Amino acid sequence: MKRLALPIFLVVALFVTTGFAQNLTLGFTVSNTGALNVDSVEQLHGFELWRDQVNAAGGIKAGGKSYKIQFVSYDDESNTKRVQQLYSRLILQDKADFLFSPYSSSLTATAAIVTEQYEKIMLTTGAAEGKTYTLGNHYLFQMFTPGAEYLKGVLDMLKTKDPKAAVAFVYEDASFSVAVVNPAKEYAQKLGFNVAFSEAYAPNTTDFSAIIDKVIASKSTVLLGGGHYADGSTLARQVYSHKVPLKMITLLVAPDSPQWGELGDAAVGVIVPSQWEPQTAFKAQYGPSGAEFAKAYTAKYNTPPSYESAGGYASGLVLQHAIEQAGSTDTAKVAAALNATDITTFYGRSKFATEANQHGLQVGHAMVLAQWQKDKSGKLVKQVVWPLAAKSANLVYPIH
Amino acid sequence: MSGILASMIDGLLIGSVYGLAAMGLSLIWGVMDVINLTHGSVIALGMFGMYILFAAFPVNAYFLLLPILAAGLLLGLVIYWISVHWVIGRSQLSSLLSTFAVNMMIIGIGTAIWSTSPYNVNFTLRGFTVGAYTFTGNHIAAATAAVIIALALELFLYRTRPGKAIRAVADNREAAELMGISSTMVLALAFAIGIALAASSGALVSTLFPFTILSGAGYQMKSFVVTVLAGLGKPLGALAAGVLLGLLEGAVTPFIAVSWIPLIEFGLFVVVLVAFPKGIFTRATA
Repeated sequence: MKRLALPIFLVVALFVTTGFAQNLTLGFTVSNTGALNVDSVEQLHGFELWRDQVNAAGGIKAGGKSYKIQFVSYDDESNTKRVQQLYSRLILQDKADFLFSPYSSSLTATAAIVTEQYEKIMLTTGAAEGKTYTLGNHYLFQMFTPGAEYLKGVLDMLKTKDPKAAVAFVYEDASFSVAVVNPAKEYAQKLGFNVAFSEAYAPNTTDFSAIIDKVIASKSTVLLGGGHYADGSTLARQVYSHKVPLKMITLLVAPDSPQWGELGDAAVGVIVPSQWEPQTAFKAQYGPSGAEFAKAYTAKYNTPPSYESAGGYASGLVLQHAIEQAGSTDTAKVAAALNATDITTFYGRSKFATEANQHGLQVGHAMVLAQWQKDKSGKLVKQVVWPLAAKSANLVYPIH
Repeated sequence: MSGILASMIDGLLIGSVYGLAAMGLSLIWGVMDVINLTHGSVIALGMFGMYILFAAFPVNAYFLLLPILAAGLLLGLVIYWISVHWVIGRSQLSSLLSTFAVNMMIIGIGTAIWSTSPYNVNFTLRGFTVGAYTFTGNHIAAATAAVIIALALELFLYRTRPGKAIRAVADNREAAELMGISSTMVLALAFAIGIALAASSGALVSTLFPFTILSGAGYQMKSFVVTVLAGLGKPLGALAAGVLLGLLEGAVTPFIAVSWIPLIEFGLFVVVLVAFPKGIFTRATA
């Protein structure tokens, strides 16, 4: 019997490795607590829906094998120090095969230092700041349109509606919003707008009274800025309660969340540059259609998906596509497949720069503008208002 | 209305709440010689107290200050007997460490219950508008409530026997004991009142801004600045210094970025410590 033990073991092992799906470990952190909680959890829901659907379909198939997805994740507390520790842990202790980014540009920039050091592929989502991709990274791939593009569409739209608008920039003093606002200011001036006021506020700001007084004193008619959910929703509430006479408010990130509707009248008219909206009907070459994704997401989480959720799901899709193309889970082969990726999913086009000076930067994806409006029944809904070719409703301007 | 005037009115309104927050710290520091580092976490508990009570009883949020003050008194007695009573009379470092430990416990328990995600008390009072500037009803109500509580404390300290006992113990503990005053009971009462004031200021802040269990830290730092400005153990002085700090913030913010405010505040803190170590009001009345 003892002589038979080894051959039996080998046969069973062979059977297990070829006949059953292997596990593929994906690591990431989530801001379950802290200021980034709302957006980060929406992104997590996108990851989870992708994982559940892939596993239900038998896993990722590559090189004649099937790989079931398993997640390892930790709460980063919206804190960069935690991210640094936890991404090291994900790679060294948990042996993650691939990584997704945390939510936000600043946390992602920190995680990227670790993942590059260990030559691990990380798909970044919920992180639009572009500077990280100019540092000579090789394994970082960005899903979001870079920050420099966020407010250009708003300014183009404003130019058609009110070329004499006086613009105020009020934004979070964080890497993402600074990366968005600095090029937007230049673009506004190039379009001939009067930039009447510009000020960054600390990320944990809760009292915007002083800044609001300055916006009023500057006689600005349009406010652009914000940062993430906590500060953006607070700014919108206080702009509303102070009855600031603005014709247009555009805030980053926060108004994309379905939770934004809970602000009631303070939410009305606010515009958000969006990576994806359910109304944007891209013809998917790979994966589900937008309607299928939105339906499955709403059924699972009882709320419509935000663009953070869509970005999370699409990150999984793009990684899955690359593994299938590579026919392997080998890092070098999958990285080469990602470099060659140019696909359209429900989320839109995804293509990564391959030049050394901006490797991994997203160069294929385009954004839309969504505005919170009241429908005929008085219910708050998000409508796509720009570009005109993709609009689901006309822009409401001025909002008051 | 000019932007500077509007900004100063906003500063005056929020400054009253700073003053109320500082009164608790000042009272405990002045009477007991204890630097209470639970101050910030108790302010945060006041915020969550308001959140919970308002969710359960959606009446005018400012009526809920009374149960929060009462709960603050009880909490103050509990903290006093757990961490302060045993270190009275020892070096300030002992009470500093002891209250810091309780502070960390409150933050740890609070984080476990509420996480560090932001919460809001969704209660709005109609404000008034002058020109392009609107002053919210919540700011006006919070400032009014802060002044009423400060005046009530002043009356308590100067017109009631327990209040007079607190002042007597603050002035000379041994002499007060010789007159038959139980200093232990008085110290416990003073600590409880200080905690109740901190909790009530947190409750007021929660009606103005979103908050987390960590939000008290910023108000604790402002309370130190206000306490140093006012001098120890002077409730109305703390209120006045809080208003002064708010006015200062309002006066300078039209000219500089808001993110510079902490630098100015703590610059002032150092200057006052050096030039007026007993507080600017003490110096003026000496």
